[in-house]
Amino acid sequence: MEHAQGQQHPISLYLKIWGLLFVLSTLSYLVDYFHFQGPLRWALIIIFMLLKAGLIVSIFMHLAWERLAIVYAILIPPLCLLVLMGLMAAEADYVSFSRLLFFGKGGG
Amino acid sequence: MGQSSRDAPLAESHPTEASAPGGWEGMYRDWSSDKDAFKQVSWGKAMMWIFLLSDTFVFSCFLIGYMAVRMTTTEPWPNTSEVFALTLGGHSIPLILIAIMTFVLISSSGTMAMAVNFAYRRARVRTGLLILATALLGAAFVGMQAFEWSKLIGEGVRPWGNPEGAAQFGASFFMITGFHGLHVSIGVIYLSVVAYKVMRGHYESSGNYQVVEIAGLYWHFVDLVWVFIFAFFYLW
Repeated sequence: MEHAQGQQHPISLYLKIWGLLFVLSTLSYLVDYFHFQGPLRWALIIIFMLLKAGLIVSIFMHLAWERLAIVYAILIPPLCLLVLMGLMAAEADYVSFSRLLFFGKGGG
Repeated sequence: MGQSSRDAPLAESHPTEASAPGGWEGMYRDWSSDKDAFKQVSWGKAMMWIFLLSDTFVFSCFLIGYMAVRMTTTEPWPNTSEVFALTLGGHSIPLILIAIMTFVLISSSGTMAMAVNFAYRRARVRTGLLILATALLGAAFVGMQAFEWSKLIGEGVRPWGNPEGAAQFGASFFMITGFHGLHVSIGVIYLSVVAYKVMRGHYESSGNYQVVEIAGLYWHFVDLVWVFIFAFFYLW
């Protein structure tokens, strides 16, 4: 009963999202094609990546229409990964520093 | 959900009640109610989501590991733009194979989303055909990945070293794309089974086509992971 009415959205919505994902993928490809460098490159890559991920999760995976109880059960835990990323970045920074210090460039 | 959300005590609230409150109030009511927190979500769908959550952690650990080795290596990282370039018609086009693979995978996500839609409308044949199209696009993706792997192996890229620079490049590449390709391959098999059952009319008697949505969740997740791999491994 709930299934029949639960996730009924017009096909045109999916086609629009499909088109948007194509546009965003093309844009992120062009970032490489036109050799953007430095912070601009990283910012553009991250923005296009997050927009694509958001569209897939919210529309294609229907998370936009789920109840908050499951939405947050799925979206909050991956935030731990940001902590892991921060820890690993700090550690990698130190390892890289000591390798350069003790082995010199190219000796790692 | 409806204006008639009456102020029932928590113990009386029923999981499938259509008048269950939404928003933040709905969330604390769902979590503080006994037995099931995920109301209006079948257990199959909730379990698929929890599996995907665990898979998120697996892939993230690979990507964070890749970040760590790339930050610590003192040798130059190979230029992915050149490593994954293809020569088409005399021109070397950077990263073109990866771009095509991205479009193929996004298209497969599009056909899958439409398959889920037609499944809930109980259009059996259309659903089956769209799932098959999804599986075929997935197989095409794996085929292109096999081509990419053989090309790189032919150029001397190995998990322990490569001619272009940092040895960790090969290890990260084969581990991350290999695990993703494995997911796509399993997805192709999974979708083929679902398409076969849908076409045979296995779900006609119950009229419950949610199995298609659950398979769709897995497939969209595979596409989602590729979005992150594309950004961090190929473009960065």
